[in-house]
Amino acid sequence: MSIQSYLVVSALVFSIGAAGVLTRRNPLVVLLCLELMLNAANIALIAFSRMHGNGDGQVFAIIVMVVAACEVCIGLGMVVAIYRRRLPIDVDELRELAG
Amino acid sequence: MAEVFFFIAAAGALAGAIGVATLRNPFYCVLALVGHLVSLAALFLLLRAEFVAVAQVVVYAGAVMVLYVFVVAYVGAAEPARLRTPVGGGQRGLALAFALVLFVELCIAVLGSGLKALEGEGAPYVPGFGSPEQIGELLLTKFLLPFEIASFLLLIAAVGAVVLARRRGGILEEEQRVDAMRFLRPPGTGTMAEAAGGPTGTSAQRELEATTADNPAREPGW
Repeated sequence: MSIQSYLVVSALVFSIGAAGVLTRRNPLVVLLCLELMLNAANIALIAFSRMHGNGDGQVFAIIVMVVAACEVCIGLGMVVAIYRRRLPIDVDELRELAG
Repeated sequence: MAEVFFFIAAAGALAGAIGVATLRNPFYCVLALVGHLVSLAALFLLLRAEFVAVAQVVVYAGAVMVLYVFVVAYVGAAEPARLRTPVGGGQRGLALAFALVLFVELCIAVLGSGLKALEGEGAPYVPGFGSPEQIGELLLTKFLLPFEIASFLLLIAAVGAVVLARRRGGILEEEQRVDAMRFLRPPGTGTMAEAAGGPTGTSAQRELEATTADNPAREPGW
């Protein structure tokens, strides 16, 4: 398959993830949709790596996976902290950062 | 043959993505994301990125998703009715329109770029492309600094998660400290200390336990 079709799949997944981030209210699902967007970037990186024939894009993809793991770590920690304080688990209700 | 595999994997990835964005139960969202990630690993294999595909399945679909499932089970899978209602106002329609515009714009950027290389299958395949050897060599030579920064980022994230999730205020009120000697020498075992202290036997044991539980200072001297 041509590189173009991989990039179109990547664009579709990115758009779906963006729509999910904007429409969902549960912070867990918002985090999942952020994962979708990061994965869309990964497809594009690996497709370009294949296009150029060197491994730089694959290293970038691995670094993106590290960043995604960090984001999951902090995001889920925040969700658990919100749950412990009996605050509403709803991204529309959580407006201030003051602890 | 590659086309067939591409369409199967791309359909799986898109179905998983749509499932993540639309399913109501967060458990099903996580399962849809697992399906999405596995389909994505198949796409990576088609692009000859073997190591990234394996890392995707092991690290992402394995470890990270298990973390998600744990937190969903902790917080509660059933969404409250308030969360189930769609976002108010015109936000939903606006978000969908934004996503559509974003997709069209990305497609224009990709297809309208006129790059000849985008229409080909990519550079000719050389053996060893995308293998663990190549990735490891790149990570430890050309990309050593990003590699070290990524390790620091992981450390910072781990410390941050511990700080976020720790229990505030030390030991809670209900937890009380228990003397280790009570496990070594439980009341009613007939020790010299009990004989000297007076009460012994099973009938007195309950009283002794009651008094020592209330006020450990009044325990007979041992």
